[in-house]
Amino acid sequence: MAYIPTGGRAGRRAAITALIVGALGLVACGKSKSGGAAKDVELLNVSYDPTRELWRDLNEKFIAAYEKESGTKVTIKQSHGGSSTQARAVIDGLEADVVTLASYLDTEAISKKGLIQPNWIDKLPSRSLPYTSTVIFVVRKGNPKAIKDWPDLIKPGVEVITPNPKTSGNGYLSFFSAWGSVVLRGGSRDDAITYVTQLYKQVPVLDSGARGATTTFVQKKIGDVHLAWENEAHLEVREAKGELELVYPPISIRAEPHVAIVDGNVDRKDTRKAAEAYLKFAYTDEGQEIAAKHFYRPSNEAILKKHAATFPELRLFAITEIAKDFPDAHKQFIGEGGVFDTIYSPKK
Amino acid sequence: MASVNRRVLPGFSLTLGYTVFYLGVLVLLPITAVFIKASSLSLHEFLGAVWTERARAAYLLTFGTSFLAAVANVVLGGLIAWVLTRYTFPGKRILDSLVDLPLALPTAVGGLIYASLYVENGWIGRYLVPLGIRGAYTRLGIVLVLIFVGLPFVVRTVQPVLEDLDPEAEEASSSLGATRWQTFTHVILPTLYPALITGFALAFARSIGEYGSVVFISGNMPFKTEIAPILIVARLEEFAYGEATAIAVVLLAISFSMLLVVNLLESWSRRHDR
Amino acid sequence: MTVETAEVRDAPRTRAATMKIRRAQQDPAWLRWSLTGLAAFVVGVLIVIPVLNVFAGALAEGAGVYWKNLVDDPDTLHAVGLTLTVVPIAVTANVIFGVAAAWAIARFSFPGRTFLTALIDLPFSVSPVVAGLMFVLIFGLQGYFGAFLRRDGYAIMPYLVAAVLVLLLAVAYFVFRPSHPRARRGLWKTPPLALAVAGATVFALLVLGQQAFEVWPANKSLKIIFATPGLVLATAFVTFPFVARELIPVMNAVGADEELAALSLGASGWQMFWHVTVPNVKWGLVYGIILCNARAMGEFGAVYVVSGHIAGETDTMPLRIEKLFQEYNMPGSFAVASVLTLLAILTLIVKRKLEDRIPQSEEGRRTGAHP
Repeated sequence: MAYIPTGGRAGRRAAITALIVGALGLVACGKSKSGGAAKDVELLNVSYDPTRELWRDLNEKFIAAYEKESGTKVTIKQSHGGSSTQARAVIDGLEADVVTLASYLDTEAISKKGLIQPNWIDKLPSRSLPYTSTVIFVVRKGNPKAIKDWPDLIKPGVEVITPNPKTSGNGYLSFFSAWGSVVLRGGSRDDAITYVTQLYKQVPVLDSGARGATTTFVQKKIGDVHLAWENEAHLEVREAKGELELVYPPISIRAEPHVAIVDGNVDRKDTRKAAEAYLKFAYTDEGQEIAAKHFYRPSNEAILKKHAATFPELRLFAITEIAKDFPDAHKQFIGEGGVFDTIYSPKK
Repeated sequence: MASVNRRVLPGFSLTLGYTVFYLGVLVLLPITAVFIKASSLSLHEFLGAVWTERARAAYLLTFGTSFLAAVANVVLGGLIAWVLTRYTFPGKRILDSLVDLPLALPTAVGGLIYASLYVENGWIGRYLVPLGIRGAYTRLGIVLVLIFVGLPFVVRTVQPVLEDLDPEAEEASSSLGATRWQTFTHVILPTLYPALITGFALAFARSIGEYGSVVFISGNMPFKTEIAPILIVARLEEFAYGEATAIAVVLLAISFSMLLVVNLLESWSRRHDR
Repeated sequence: MTVETAEVRDAPRTRAATMKIRRAQQDPAWLRWSLTGLAAFVVGVLIVIPVLNVFAGALAEGAGVYWKNLVDDPDTLHAVGLTLTVVPIAVTANVIFGVAAAWAIARFSFPGRTFLTALIDLPFSVSPVVAGLMFVLIFGLQGYFGAFLRRDGYAIMPYLVAAVLVLLLAVAYFVFRPSHPRARRGLWKTPPLALAVAGATVFALLVLGQQAFEVWPANKSLKIIFATPGLVLATAFVTFPFVARELIPVMNAVGADEELAALSLGASGWQMFWHVTVPNVKWGLVYGIILCNARAMGEFGAVYVVSGHIAGETDTMPLRIEKLFQEYNMPGSFAVASVLTLLAILTLIVKRKLEDRIPQSEEGRRTGAHP
């Protein structure tokens, strides 16, 4: 292109040079991206918030074990967030090799979009559950309000902290537990509605997530009892150094954080072998011990027994005992127009 | 005057073309996607998603608190801008710099901190709660955090205009015998209207969509302290994209018509001013 | 540094005139001090205390832990790096847009101008969560372009880059074209031909280059969301109006008189822009950039939706703060928050330095505009 210096402005020359350099830079960027198709395998584990430390531990042990066994070097990336948000991300193209989400609902949602094969739940031992969890109570030192069981929560003057069932897994599991504690001990549906209505009247703050609720309870010292994930509750009590205590109610829900391989992604990325080995590693004795260490109930009975001091026995009911299945429970109780919505309706 | 400009001043087609292009790609295209998604619902479903009793309460709360916060911001922001441009005092530069901080802090951090400040054992709450003023988990809390989020907008829109204000007009006014107050209301304030309106609109619009900070301080009680964006998130958690976008469309439509009105007002007041 | 800019600006005036104007602008001392006190109080309660709270939280376990929280965690370091990559790109794009939009809107009247102005504000009123969702709806696997991008996304890269380069060339062409018809020779005389030639060349080079060297891998997915491009898009969307919004009122207030004068004195469009327009609107521009930059750094909601939260890969600083918070690492989380705050303060220092360096044409403009 003809360039005519008008007035001898060096600035123009500089600007044009900058443009050319910029263009070359763009090309170089593209080039550098294309390289690096190395032999190593990279896995992405998409999970929910509280499992970060658990999987970090598992990853470390697995990487060493897998390299020794197969000679392949694996790197594992972790992604954590709200469980449904994470499921949505995988549906929308986050290239997860495995998902280890908080509830059946979320894994099933991915499966419905065809990324996970329909019979995924039977592909791994114990219904794809290397560990389970539940919802228990955390109370202040000395348990001043004498909270032992679900009915104690609706005693006058007791403030309950639990996250919003609409936006949090901890939130809806608390709700299901409360519901189950009535109907599975002989209460009618109306009794249950009365109970949860009263219960949520005594919730001063509905935090959007489990961690927010913990902050409210621990740091801001609001509320008398916190309905928390079992593993979170243990951590919370340990962190508080004697200020808080655990209370195990006689009955609670069995929380089932299923794990699954995302078939659509592993086949594309050719990582199935490593991904399968990765999830199976969680079922090994070593993996189960790590789960117990992080306060998740191992699915291996023997190892669970070994840690009986950490995991007292209580009646853990399955979601199928209070509803047809998980999606049904969610729709009935939490979804738009469900039981939870009627609690706050001003007409009542 | 304007049509003269187009013949004399260069760059009209270049800048307008680029503006429309960039706007189209980055803003209009995505927003169209939302509308298309929302229109996948039938009218009945759409109404069912956006016009429930609970949703109405949420809209009312969102717009009410946003409005209050924006009004407070106009007053407080105007005051701060005035002090910053007109007076010299020790620490002025620091004050000036501090104004932008709410933008830089992620809103979620803002909400978190505000909630912890205004609870009973917080730095501020310990003085206010005994007086019966509860800043956390109430509507007051929402307004407070929205003021925090919106403050820089007003200050930074008003400040440049105040700085460019012609000092001779004030001088003329005072030499003609006007009191300081008269000068302020008759000479200074009218020139500030467009900037104040802009600041108001920005703070207001910003507040309507605000989610990150509000969830931490509002308590999220349906019918009491539940804002509209929480409804969107709740629907997303159920994988109901259509319903979520439907609520988003309603919010968008309302705030866009608001902005349009404000812009008309602004251009009217500018014409009026000239 | 201790001298206030206002005084520097007023220095060339004669002492008497300055005094007179100053007196007219002077408020009584009691009013001055009470207003200043009130402003300081408002800023103190609304901003200073919360920010102090951040630092108190960050330093709760001592300066050593604070430092370790920042530098010993590779994920945190990566988050800082990512934010410092994403933000400048988004801000630059919005500055170019802002200047163009302000010029078109403040200097010309055309049908739909008010509507266009309102459209520019639109991203403000979009909830950040929805803003992120929009890009997911478009680029997500279930979205409109998702399947294509996943199948062979890179196939479009040569065309995309070519389009961007041609656009840049077109802008450069008009910017550098001599303003006097006499000085135009060769291709400078025929814009359509020149652009067609340049466009064809760039296009051919890139497409042939792709065929020969495979610059972009074929049959590979192009990640937009859950990768850096998505973060840039979301950030740019959320901070879209800032620069334009700040510039339009200032450009309106300044008026076109001086630009017209410069043109009549024979300046080229580029000269006029650089020597008259930019100095005149520098305050608005600087504020716009500061606002845009600050907001971009702190953006959470929209980025949260498009990031995918891969630790050490797609976590920006605000997301990292949330992560650390979720990990029960309050001091760590507040430490990152305090870095963001410090970065904001750093931007403000840069702004100060800039103000000192831009030639003080304020004085000339004032006297020029009001003879």
